[in-house]
Amino acid sequence: MTTVAQPSYRQRVGYHSALLGGIALMASAVLVITDMQTRDTIAERQAEDFRQTLEQVIPASVHDNQPQQDTYQLQTADGSSLEIYRARQEGRVSAVAFQVTGRGYAGPIEILMGVDAEGEVLGVRVLRHKETPGLGDKIEVARDPWILSFDGLSLGDPPRDDWAVKKDGGIFDQFTGATITPRVVVNAVRDGLELFEQHRSTLLQRGDESAPSALAPPPALLSPEEPTS
Amino acid sequence: MTHPAKLILDDYRRLFRDGIWDNNVVMAQMLALCPLLAVTGTATNGLGMGLATTFVMVAAALLISMLRGIITPEVRIPVFILLIAALVTLVDLVMNAYLYEMHKALGLFIPLIVTNCAILGRAESFASRQPVHRAVVDGLAMGVGFTLILVVLGAVREIPGSGTLFADARLLLGDGFAWMELTLIPEYRGFLLMILPPGAFLALGFILAGKRVLDTRLANRAAAVKMAQA
Repeated sequence: MTTVAQPSYRQRVGYHSALLGGIALMASAVLVITDMQTRDTIAERQAEDFRQTLEQVIPASVHDNQPQQDTYQLQTADGSSLEIYRARQEGRVSAVAFQVTGRGYAGPIEILMGVDAEGEVLGVRVLRHKETPGLGDKIEVARDPWILSFDGLSLGDPPRDDWAVKKDGGIFDQFTGATITPRVVVNAVRDGLELFEQHRSTLLQRGDESAPSALAPPPALLSPEEPTS
Repeated sequence: MTHPAKLILDDYRRLFRDGIWDNNVVMAQMLALCPLLAVTGTATNGLGMGLATTFVMVAAALLISMLRGIITPEVRIPVFILLIAALVTLVDLVMNAYLYEMHKALGLFIPLIVTNCAILGRAESFASRQPVHRAVVDGLAMGVGFTLILVVLGAVREIPGSGTLFADARLLLGDGFAWMELTLIPEYRGFLLMILPPGAFLALGFILAGKRVLDTRLANRAAAVKMAQA
């Protein structure tokens, strides 16, 4: 290759900083525009995804309402609030779904779990995670049926001490090459069940009390968001 | 007399030969080993990473080659990094919005591309000194070569490691590709070492040694042919 003689102004510090600054500015501008263009679509896709996951953790057979619209902020002991999605059958709360978060191998693992009125797990699904591809990502239902092993379990069945991966003396399988990820998920689900147990009366009773007021607004909320379902 | 179109084709052929074998990102340049070791637990993951990297590689080559006239040597490295990082973020956002299903499968790999020194390496050693068309072809060739080695290494690790080949390919490519998912050894308990990073080092070592042996044989044969002719 040949070296092209550089014009002298290009040797100046000013040109270098202007070049670097200009390109940084352009790159940021492009990213800001793309972000603004895609933000709504991404949020829509994620909401759609969330709705589908919600349907998986609260089967349609146990409710006749729209759990996504029927939410309630639960004040937990540590002062934070947790969004509860309520499934109702003829106005009575038949199941609830809520998010739990575990600290995974490479960042938070966000889990959505559904629990019925008796405290039995209806379903568990991972919403978001950053676990290693090929090792920890077996917690996704699309890759491995492992996450289904929680279905039908409750705090008493198996006994509390068995709520752990086999390596820790529990009953849940760990994955080849990944123990941390399933351990985190098992612990998070157990914590979720304990939370349900603690607030059981509030969660189920609350629903009955606020049933009329909670049921009243949905028509207005429903129409613009979900015309199809 | 040689036709100019034929010259260009020969040139492209040489670029592809370089990218896939002679100057392969992994096998000759020894770059991009970090993402390589991280994702080649299965052939499918290797393919996903390879495709995403190829796309960014071509786009980066195009962009950097177009800007090569105004970029000075003093600030070239930060400018390249800036461009590549912006490109990867752009791809991430656009894919997340319009190719949501694919993003769910590839999403884990995309941030890894930024740390891929092969792209910076090609930008520095090729795209910043070459006309746009050659830079783009080189980016494509290097990407294809990278994809091939990722898939081969993924397969070499996956078969003894889990007894399968192209597991979960339907998540990456769609349900039409379910036929690719093979279970070679049913009821296999798995060979953990091959799935973990040491397995990647071992498999890579064997592949590199194999390439050396093959190259030496070929060179010897070529020399023998030359001797015979002389």
